[in-house]
Amino acid sequence: MPDLAISAAQEHEPTFGDYVALLKPRVMSLVVFTALVGLLVAPASLHAIEAVAAMLFIALGAGAAGALNMWYDADIDSIMRRTMNRPVPSGRVAPDEALAIGIGLSGLSVVMLGLATNMLAASLLAITILFYVAIYTIWLKRRTPQNIVIGGAAGAFPPVIGWVAATGSVSLEACLMFALIFMWTPPHFWALALFMRSDYEDAGVPMLTVTHGRPAARRHILAYTLLLVPVSLWLALGPVGGPVSLAAAVVLNLMFIRGAVRICMRAESVAQGDGYAAEKAFFRASLFYLFLHFGAFLADAVVRQAS
Amino acid sequence: MSGIRATHELHARRFSRNLGVAVALAVFVAVVFALTVVKMKRGDPLQGFDHVVRPGMEVSGS
Repeated sequence: MPDLAISAAQEHEPTFGDYVALLKPRVMSLVVFTALVGLLVAPASLHAIEAVAAMLFIALGAGAAGALNMWYDADIDSIMRRTMNRPVPSGRVAPDEALAIGIGLSGLSVVMLGLATNMLAASLLAITILFYVAIYTIWLKRRTPQNIVIGGAAGAFPPVIGWVAATGSVSLEACLMFALIFMWTPPHFWALALFMRSDYEDAGVPMLTVTHGRPAARRHILAYTLLLVPVSLWLALGPVGGPVSLAAAVVLNLMFIRGAVRICMRAESVAQGDGYAAEKAFFRASLFYLFLHFGAFLADAVVRQAS
Repeated sequence: MSGIRATHELHARRFSRNLGVAVALAVFVAVVFALTVVKMKRGDPLQGFDHVVRPGMEVSGS
């Protein structure tokens, strides 16, 4: 093959790793974990093979939504430092290919989840994908600072899907797990927006930090962190919870509130001075918060099974 | 003509992609097969879905 032809072909000649990156594996890991907990703490059980298949297809659905998001957002992803190396904005995967993979995997994951478990779980997965792509990515993200507040619902669905896959119906506990992730999402992303500084502004994404200023975003982080507490305690005291969840809820919420108060009280000049250390610490803590919270539900479920 | 040349990096990328897709397809086939075995062994109605048996599918006289 002539060298010129090779260099032209290389631009859209992805490796398998590029396809994996297209499915946003880090986001997928959170989706899989929360969906798995939803499935395992539910008062019904699936055969192990059905459970593995359900997890696989929920993960595939989440990945498909990620690919469609990457296809639509390629223009702004190429501006933001955090996202410019993603497969589509960096030119490793062609936009049309990302779109085809996203649509194909969406259909496959929904149909296969329906066949593996039940139609309600499959419908919820379809709603999640549509919500993330149409409502969040296409509609809200570039129009309103409430983008991640409302769009956060897409990330909150996985434990409900896991629960419904096992039980065949939605219940209060599943809705509370939804509410926990829904209330957790805004402080998580606003902390990121604070230390990513001008990324969102450069890309024209109306994040709260851009439209209402950083002090307002700091106050909103504290407000949502406080709203998260009752949801967390309600879950811990309910049928899904137990002593481990209650202890985790108390400790994690105290840590989270402490971090949010610290962020709220900080002046922008101080934050700039220490390289947004508190904001970065809060963002990392938010990831631990969710993993440990759902891990605690799982631990309580194991304790219940054992006793 | 330069004769036989070393494999270009482009070919390594294609091989990685083709191998990955092949493994993914093999896993998919295995999952579908395992699911089928589980559902057949449990005696699920072949046309059943949503874990609900439709009365119309019940064997008459049983």
